[in-house]
Amino acid sequence: MKHPVGGSSFPGMEGLRATFEVRIHGRGGQGVVTAAELLSVAAFDEGRHAQAFPSFGSERTGAPVVSFCRFGDTPIRTREPIAEPDALIVQDPTLLHQVDLFSGLRPDGYLLINSGRDLAELGLAELGERFRPERLLSVPATELAREHLGRPLPNAALLGGFAALSGALRLDSVIAAIRERFGGEAGERNAAASAACFHHVEHELAGAVGA
Amino acid sequence: MLRQLEGSAAVAETVALCRPEVVCAYPISPQTHIVEGLSDLVRAGRLGSCEYVTVESEFAALSVCIGASATGARAYTATASQGLLYMAEALFNASGLGLPIVMTVANRAIGAPINIWNDHSDAMSQRDCGWIQLYAEDNQEAADLHVQAFRLAERVSLPVMVCMDGFVLTHAYERVDVPTAEQVDAFLPPFEPRQVLDPADPVTIGAMVGPEAFAEVRYLAHAKQMQALDAIPEIAAEFELAFGRPSGGLVRGYRTEDAETIVVALGSVLGTIEDTVDELREQGVKIGALAIKSFRPFPLEEVRAALGAARRVVVLEKALAVGIGGIVSANVRMALSGIDLHGYTVIAGLGGRPVTRKSLRALFERAVEDRLEPLNFLDLDRERVESELERMAAGGRSGPHAENILRDSGIVASRSH
Amino acid sequence: MAGAEDGAGGADGQRVRFYQVGSFAAGNRLLDPEQRTVQARMDRSNTLTSGHRACQGCGEALGARYALDAAMRASGGKLIAANATGCLEVFSTPFPESSWQLPWIHSLFGNAPAVASGVAAALRAKGREDVRVVGQGGDGGTVDIGFGCLSGMFERGDDVLYVCYDNEAYMNTGVQRSGATPPAARTANTKPIGREHPGNAFGQGKDLPRIAIAHGIPYVATATVADLHDLERKVEAAMELRGPRYIHVFVPCPLGWGADSADTIKLARLVVESGLFPVFEARDGELVEVAKIRRRVPVEEYLRPQRRYAHLFGDPPRTDVIERLQALADANIARYGLLDGGVSDIDHTGVGKKSTTGAAE
Repeated sequence: MKHPVGGSSFPGMEGLRATFEVRIHGRGGQGVVTAAELLSVAAFDEGRHAQAFPSFGSERTGAPVVSFCRFGDTPIRTREPIAEPDALIVQDPTLLHQVDLFSGLRPDGYLLINSGRDLAELGLAELGERFRPERLLSVPATELAREHLGRPLPNAALLGGFAALSGALRLDSVIAAIRERFGGEAGERNAAASAACFHHVEHELAGAVGA
Repeated sequence: MLRQLEGSAAVAETVALCRPEVVCAYPISPQTHIVEGLSDLVRAGRLGSCEYVTVESEFAALSVCIGASATGARAYTATASQGLLYMAEALFNASGLGLPIVMTVANRAIGAPINIWNDHSDAMSQRDCGWIQLYAEDNQEAADLHVQAFRLAERVSLPVMVCMDGFVLTHAYERVDVPTAEQVDAFLPPFEPRQVLDPADPVTIGAMVGPEAFAEVRYLAHAKQMQALDAIPEIAAEFELAFGRPSGGLVRGYRTEDAETIVVALGSVLGTIEDTVDELREQGVKIGALAIKSFRPFPLEEVRAALGAARRVVVLEKALAVGIGGIVSANVRMALSGIDLHGYTVIAGLGGRPVTRKSLRALFERAVEDRLEPLNFLDLDRERVESELERMAAGGRSGPHAENILRDSGIVASRSH
Repeated sequence: MAGAEDGAGGADGQRVRFYQVGSFAAGNRLLDPEQRTVQARMDRSNTLTSGHRACQGCGEALGARYALDAAMRASGGKLIAANATGCLEVFSTPFPESSWQLPWIHSLFGNAPAVASGVAAALRAKGREDVRVVGQGGDGGTVDIGFGCLSGMFERGDDVLYVCYDNEAYMNTGVQRSGATPPAARTANTKPIGREHPGNAFGQGKDLPRIAIAHGIPYVATATVADLHDLERKVEAAMELRGPRYIHVFVPCPLGWGADSADTIKLARLVVESGLFPVFEARDGELVEVAKIRRRVPVEEYLRPQRRYAHLFGDPPRTDVIERLQALADANIARYGLLDGGVSDIDHTGVGKKSTTGAAE
């Protein structure tokens, strides 16, 4: 069990906050709840405190689902839903203009959207003015999932992308959590999708900086 | 071993370590993962000789536990909300017969209107059924309380309900130190029943008792709960010694020593309350919190000792006694009888409405200035309520309240935070 | 009426008939030991011992005594009973006394089958499957409020023998109608007020033995207190098996039916002979044996001695209702083949044995 020494581990965030808060949006059946759980396990594997929980109804497939994950170096006591996330992950772009997804996203927050189209094409260009544009990204996670898993389940891929975008978690932690949860062949393929998305995002970010 | 896992899974694994001999399972949200987890463990042979019985209703679940416990087997089941109500008759029967059954209640609201989310209506509705009621603040405590519960139940011969907030705790992933089999075996000896159905020594259990003896038998139930007031802290202390962490007990104070305002609550909402208390303390407000962990028996002395020196007490509760107001606050008031202070009841979180730091902060700021009503409803939309009342007053077929309010709200499912 | 051994030769060589041999008499100590009923034995358990507060002529007390003693014998005295609320529970355990000589638990009205399942589960967990379990209750507790739990017990395959003592109404609470109350019967809430209400309605009621058979459980049987050998034999047959077993016993209630307390056994015999209560055995969902009617009687003969049917014999009599009841009896006779051949298939001299030569009469 690793216990990092020193202050808050999220220097990218203003004010060195103690916990990093992620909110994930998607639809039932897309593994939104699992995604939050995996993030919490990844954080735990890094020796952090982490809390993940869902917000859902009794409907099953297709209904909008939100899940939450907080992680940090100090014990987490609060149980409220995450109103001001440090990061948003949107697994299903069809939610974009139906629901107020961006409510509360911090000005220096991260946004990762599962889509092959860029933010402008998604009609979200104005977000670049409200937030820090280099922290807003879309990735074709479903396509990557199809490529590596043979199924359009983007959650594992998006977690890799999130790790790259935010730097809040290491890829190897995310991959360890994925392998532990899925096991065997499924674990390997999900891990591969995750790594692929990580590298995709890294590449995008490098390109943006260089441009 | 320290692990990051779902609350339900932590409970299932810990219950398994307590070596139950009969586990009854009837599913109801949000307890399902607990009984599913136990089923897997039984099938994997992790429970040794344990009968896992899938029953046809919650009433049957507790009834099967009654038969099993009376035969000397350690018996366990779990339920919530409507299921707890459905076994109401059996709850009284189990406690009246003095059977040391342990049951998890994954606290959930009671309909109508049907609601699957967390509040304390279910356990509160059965607060006087004779069961001991313990409330967990987090998943570590939820797991730990089950180990303590079996020991407590078997010691005082009363059934015990371990309450953990549905979804908020049951479905939350957080770190839990899941005990080892050796640790639990050392702490929890095999069940030695006080009464048992045994052909070698036949007894009659459950005879009718008339006016000549009923009061005495009932008094004994109360006397046993009074004994539990001693047993609970003793067992908690032994647990801390054996497992290396505090959990359970009767009450737990947080920054109450010099507090002028103390917020009283049960269950997981205390985490959010303590964060808010810290915020206000940073601004010099003398505020603290009191967690009540054992609701039945109600620790009158401990509550009085913790609150007696404060200027005001705010009881925040997740249940509503329709027609009067607070339930926990009424019990707290009893503890404070004769002491002059301001008392406020806040009904919060009904039906799973989130209790936020923002709302709590505003609430506590008003509390310390004594700007609260005796009975308050946190985050209640008064406008919607007023318009529905007007609709009713207009007479005629005004329609069902729930549908009217939902329509007024234009509720969209994903706007749940 | 002579049996195989029908007596010794008298002084003038005349054969003396031992009428008890092969008869329906319950005690029958003249039989070979293996053929005697449990009640005829000196070592019977007296599981439901004397001193209970049942009414004079109570069919349920009689049935329970026979059933439990037979089950105790079959289990070598290792038996636990779970009892529903009702007359049996109330009259057998007037605090501070109990007339039960076995481990016995009463929990609630509607959960006796579930409590019995719990006892069985505990015994299994403890590796004590040598100890057997009986659940018992009246018709109200079994057919109505306990029905869900009973069905669950059947469905899971729990190792319990459940005995229902059917006196056709909620007797302990004052004779109210249950799902087992027959059509036209008067109860406290099915009074014959006005011509359109001749007592309990037609077209209602549950046939629980058939429902039990439909669950496909190892053993289902009906019995009455008119043939106590048969009841014992069926209990013993049931106890030879494992899994859920169900016996439905017809037990007249003199008080509730407005019958003479001396008529209990006679009424049980008449209900069988009329065809209104078929006596049969079923195994694994199939009917295997039926008790033929020895001497058929019209339903009227059965109904007359009971004041709960008195309104059918007023002035003028309700022959229309009696005809409908007769039609029900006729339907049973047809469905179960209660009259073919006129000879009973059930051998009453051999407990648990089936004679191939037919019963001796």
